[in-house]
Amino acid sequence: MGYPPEILLEAVANGLLMGAVYGLVALGLTLVYGVLHIINFAHGALLTLAMYAAFVAHGVFGLDPYAAMIPLAGLFFVFGYLVQRLVIGPASRGDDSNMLLVTLGLSIIIENAMLAIFRSDTMTLRLPYTMSMVELGDVLLSVPRLIGFGVTLLLAALLFVLMTRTDTGRAIRAVAKERTGAALVGIDVAHIYAVTFGIGTACLAIAACLLLPSFYVSPRVGNAFVLVAFTIVVLGGMGSVTGALLGGLFIGVVESLSGLYFGDSLGQIGIFLIFILVLLLRPTGLFGARA
Amino acid sequence: MTPRETLPILGFLVAAVLLSLFVTSNVVLNFLVFTLILAIAAQGWNLLGGYGGQYSFGHAAFFGMGAYVSAILQQRFGVNAYPAVAFGITAAALLGYAIGAMVFRAGLRGSYFALVTLAFAEVLRILANATEITGGAAGLLISLNLGAGNLQFANRSSFLILGAVLLALAMLITLALEKSRLGAQLVAVRENEAAAAALGVDILAVKLRAISLSAALTGAAGALYAQYFLYIDSNIAFGTWISVEALLAPIIGGAGTVFGPLIGALILQGLSEGTKMLIGKIPGVDLIIFGVLLILVVRFPLHRIPGLLAARWRGKGAP
Repeated sequence: MGYPPEILLEAVANGLLMGAVYGLVALGLTLVYGVLHIINFAHGALLTLAMYAAFVAHGVFGLDPYAAMIPLAGLFFVFGYLVQRLVIGPASRGDDSNMLLVTLGLSIIIENAMLAIFRSDTMTLRLPYTMSMVELGDVLLSVPRLIGFGVTLLLAALLFVLMTRTDTGRAIRAVAKERTGAALVGIDVAHIYAVTFGIGTACLAIAACLLLPSFYVSPRVGNAFVLVAFTIVVLGGMGSVTGALLGGLFIGVVESLSGLYFGDSLGQIGIFLIFILVLLLRPTGLFGARA
Repeated sequence: MTPRETLPILGFLVAAVLLSLFVTSNVVLNFLVFTLILAIAAQGWNLLGGYGGQYSFGHAAFFGMGAYVSAILQQRFGVNAYPAVAFGITAAALLGYAIGAMVFRAGLRGSYFALVTLAFAEVLRILANATEITGGAAGLLISLNLGAGNLQFANRSSFLILGAVLLALAMLITLALEKSRLGAQLVAVRENEAAAAALGVDILAVKLRAISLSAALTGAAGALYAQYFLYIDSNIAFGTWISVEALLAPIIGGAGTVFGPLIGALILQGLSEGTKMLIGKIPGVDLIIFGVLLILVVRFPLHRIPGLLAARWRGKGAP
């Protein structure tokens, strides 16, 4: 209220940039939900794992996070595929609450493995372009976050093409709509489940590489994202890809503005309250179609 | 509930009293008291999650409510510990009712219920961390004022007895629930909500009673925690650790059973201390084991093992 318009504008712009990466994290979550109908509680922990992977890739192999993006996405696709195929699938036996517990178990394991290896210190990556800014009219924008915004949109377009133009995409959508029918026409449902989970995990690897230049890493960093991602997914409608992107942008702006008005620690409450309110009042989401 | 059925609980109480008489090591006593606090919190989770099938990921909300209300009343308003603890438990129960009234009325179940309870706990954690009356990020100390009249004891064995009595009470409540009409309705809701509703069970009323009672027990554990350690902060009282451990203990020890939470709490704390002894203090290793255990228990449901053995004993093969 008391802020001049250029500060508000800058907050909104930075919120949009951050929101795009939130949207990317939420994209993986919503995809897994839309197809497997499970809430992947390990999503945040998998993001943490990806951020440490990108951190190590830089520290050990001297790989720039942006250069590590594609190899890490491939690696995490395989990892996600195997986790779904070998752990989540067999252990939960198709039961909803079992899946919730198994993914909770996974998140506990991953988070604490990171704690045991890297300890609880917060680490940041200092890159030549970490602090670089670009001026757009009156607004200063961070270059890494601008890149994050661009790559997210590109990735969403790629995902759209994958889902609509390829056989794998058609198989994924078939399984999402009607599992039994898909199995009857010869689609390997367990394989498609694992592929979807792999794609969701690969999205996280890319999000991690986009975040790392401007964000810290700690064993609990995924927690900061997981409820945000759930909020976005719920807001955008479970399983809706456009919903995830729009929801991400919206939440980014809300977080940025509530941080401006209430300070950083209370600012987070805005997201949780939105999450609770949306679940209570409109569980199908703002953009979601009725199931 | 027949006197015969309460015998195991009586046995547990006798064992706890004997332990309090003969154990002198502070490390062991500390372990036992902490296990009991965890078991009480887990018994609360068990009422709603084990018997009612509503998996909460946010029981820290109730634990923290019990701890903070009791501690704030004592420290800021000079209320005696006994009424303060009673108010803490009541506040937790009311919070449970309020959350239940919102969440169950909106028809949230399964994963949605889990997530929304988690969000409530997080909101409370952030609030407790940022407001004046809770002591903010610095936390809240309860002034040392030893004496049974203030519910503070110099020796840990008195706390062991106190914790054991409270847990025995919680187990008696659980047993009474198991044998009651409400308990049967709760299990019916867990097994098939639509069928229970069709048979005339008032789903909302049953769930609301269950979450209030569940919150009261977990709140009692929180108040006991504050009384024992005389210090709480937002990450202890409303932290995810207690939400997770209150859920893990019954699931590992046997959800929907009277002794499950205690057995699970003993296994968890035993593993935690055991790994610390074996490999030193690498943070997180005990929790990695908890995570693996959780997945294994879900993969190979232990609670079916007695049934499978019994079936084999009778020569009927696996059910």
